[in-house]
Amino acid sequence: MHRKTALLAFGVALGLGLATASSAQAANVFRFAFQGDIKSLDPYSLKESFTIGMHGAAYESLVTRDKDLNLAPQLAESWETPEPTRWRFHLRKNVKFHDGTDFTADDVIFSAARVRAAGSNFQTNVPSDAEFVKVDDHTVDMVLKKPNPIAIFQFSTWYIMSRSWAEKNGATAPSPASAASPSYAALHENGTGPFVITEHQPGVRTVFKKFPGYWGNVESNVDEAVFTTIGNAATRVAALLSGEVDWIDPVPLQDQPRVESSGNAVVMAGPELRTVFLGMDQWRDELKDSSVKGKNPFKDPRVRQAFYLAIDEDTIAKRVMRGQATPSALLIAPSLYARSGEFKRPAYDAKKAKALLTEAGYPDGFSLTMDCPNDRYVNDEAICQAVVSMLARIGVKVNLNAQPKAKYFAKVLAPAYDTSFYLVGWTPSSQDSHNILYEIAGCRGDGKSGRGGWNLGNYCSPKVDALADQVEGETDSKARDAEIKDGFDTIQGEWGYIPLHQQALAWGVSKKVTLVQRPDNMLMLYWVSKQP
Amino acid sequence: MLAFLLRRAFQSVVVLAVVGLIAFSMFRFAGDPVNQIVGPDTPVAERAEIRRSLGLDDPTLVQFGRYAGNVLRGDFGISYQFRQPVAALLAERMPATLELAFCATVFALTVGILMGVYCALRRDTVLAKLFQAVSLVGVSLPTFLIGILLIFLFSVTLGWLPSYGRGDTVRLGWWTTGFLTLTGLKALILPSITLGLFQMTLIMRLVRAEMLEVLRTDYIRFARARGLTTHAVHFGHALKNTLVPVITIAGLQLGSVIAFSIITETVFQWPGMGLLFVQAVQNVDIPIMAAYLLLVAAIFVTINLAVDLLYTVVDPRLRLSTGRTA
Repeated sequence: MHRKTALLAFGVALGLGLATASSAQAANVFRFAFQGDIKSLDPYSLKESFTIGMHGAAYESLVTRDKDLNLAPQLAESWETPEPTRWRFHLRKNVKFHDGTDFTADDVIFSAARVRAAGSNFQTNVPSDAEFVKVDDHTVDMVLKKPNPIAIFQFSTWYIMSRSWAEKNGATAPSPASAASPSYAALHENGTGPFVITEHQPGVRTVFKKFPGYWGNVESNVDEAVFTTIGNAATRVAALLSGEVDWIDPVPLQDQPRVESSGNAVVMAGPELRTVFLGMDQWRDELKDSSVKGKNPFKDPRVRQAFYLAIDEDTIAKRVMRGQATPSALLIAPSLYARSGEFKRPAYDAKKAKALLTEAGYPDGFSLTMDCPNDRYVNDEAICQAVVSMLARIGVKVNLNAQPKAKYFAKVLAPAYDTSFYLVGWTPSSQDSHNILYEIAGCRGDGKSGRGGWNLGNYCSPKVDALADQVEGETDSKARDAEIKDGFDTIQGEWGYIPLHQQALAWGVSKKVTLVQRPDNMLMLYWVSKQP
Repeated sequence: MLAFLLRRAFQSVVVLAVVGLIAFSMFRFAGDPVNQIVGPDTPVAERAEIRRSLGLDDPTLVQFGRYAGNVLRGDFGISYQFRQPVAALLAERMPATLELAFCATVFALTVGILMGVYCALRRDTVLAKLFQAVSLVGVSLPTFLIGILLIFLFSVTLGWLPSYGRGDTVRLGWWTTGFLTLTGLKALILPSITLGLFQMTLIMRLVRAEMLEVLRTDYIRFARARGLTTHAVHFGHALKNTLVPVITIAGLQLGSVIAFSIITETVFQWPGMGLLFVQAVQNVDIPIMAAYLLLVAAIFVTINLAVDLLYTVVDPRLRLSTGRTA
């Protein structure tokens, strides 16, 4: 009796389910899930690739990046540099914000001030010395104090906001983390982009709908895009395989064969811009948590070279990363530096590494602690475990301290810099080598200048610092590339860092969907199309 | 009775204060919130300024005192990651958790009691033995594994039920419900089973053991001797007397169902308070963590109180004794 009713009820539920499934086909809806949230809709609140990409569906910038990451016009139809310190932007006409108001030069000037205000996470996207001058309603000049060839390299993620909308809603300043009142711009959106955000429940779901008043043609045939956070990797993969979502990121390495063999989805794996590397404390006089007392073995370049040569990156890429990584000789992805092909990763040589250690006075090796995140990069903890066993072969005993990113970064970043040996992944936000020479390889000094902010082991070479300054103002691209090469050669020659690899992106994409995967790991909705 | 209530209320406040203090002394082991708030290329000086403005440099006691003061004024703070008031975020997520906990408890109670009674009355049948075996699985398999197995079977292989989320919801005032839409009801099935399975096996085993115990007592024999029908003896007398401990356990477990829905919510991406809490821990969102822990403590305290009061309803002897002491 009970079973019969249950079966009947189940049958009815199933029938109804199928009925609703077929009637939901009216609008072309693209559903997608990412492991993290879209934290805030305020485009100046958090510099995180996925969030920035999502903002890019609703907001637009003066200069954008195309499918190959080249600079391309967006809200600025064109631009020129009449003098090295003056950039002139010709703004697009007949562009409307989602609230119906016109886009003009005033909005650019307002956004330039807001993006550099306190509480903004995008202050470095616009040069701090730049002054914005309105020439007419659709022309704006950016005046710099000194020439800067990469002044607009980060404009693609500096989105333009409406001045009148911000003033009306009390959102003229980005809300700082310590704000005592909720932020209007964090929950509401008013851009010029091809999609309008009609619903945003933080951490749950966000709905994008086509903006009928958009100025341009949109490649996408999607009417509505629904974003959901799915934190659990197994659930995310299940949602893709069952067809409930059309796109997921990331697909864990171990699930990739299953997705590929499922027949209704594929794994899109391209190289990411992020480079994963190891750093060593070359700063403290005595290494922390080590068997060596009274001195720091990493101050000896031979020890750094020994570590470099003892780590078999090819095996890491093949085994730990299951082939989803490209070994790297540089701290920057090859696509971001024209001459990266001239660099070669010194080959794995455990014998030579052992000899170097002996020569440096550590014939029996020594012990030290390695810090490693376990939820930040692809297989980060497994990479560190592989490094530990590889170093054991040359007699170095490594105690691995793998922690969640919240604890890991609290330990290794400023002000403590509490680490002897660590793993970090880095993408230059300017997509330019200067960022590496300045942030990663610059001498930290007293820490006030901001140089070397992510140089956790304080590798310090005055020559690299001098080259970084030269590169910053160099307008001749050939000379600039030569100076960059000189800088990277110096870092490699002094064994300052141990670059490992660029990890591969791992998007799970339904076979019904075509889209563009850019190496900066941003999903741009305006390139997504779905078979209805 | 009033004195009893007042005493309980005072105890509750002490419990909440202690929970808050312990929570605050734990937060500094959760990591540094600032790195989750800012992007990677934020200068060191600015990070220090944010840390100072959030009051993270102050001693634990000062931080706790400031927080307690705000809470007493009804201000639970602003979430670091979402820049929205924590009270609003929790209120938005609460219906999801409560509906899930309700369904899981109803499932556990009905199925658990039915199976328990069956196992007690038909001890030697094959089905009873099967129930017993299944209940072992329910007790011993971890929740997340059950959830993933169910997803794999019913979502990926069979394609019958959704693998994540709440489906479509209907807004009734500030409450959002999944009970009124088909997708909402379908979305409830797998998480409710996952969350309720442990409770179900617990209740089933409890009912079975208690019932066997009660069936051996003298008054059941007398009832049979009076010529009452088997049905009346089993359900009118035996089952009723079995239910006192079941109410206790079910009531106390309701607290854990709400509090431990964290795992089920994570597996099914169920947009409830537990999921919000897990995300907050990953991002060291202290205002959300603190408010959630206080809320869970408050729920436990309330449920314990309610169970104590319910006792007196079910068991007249307790009513008399509390009457005397009060």
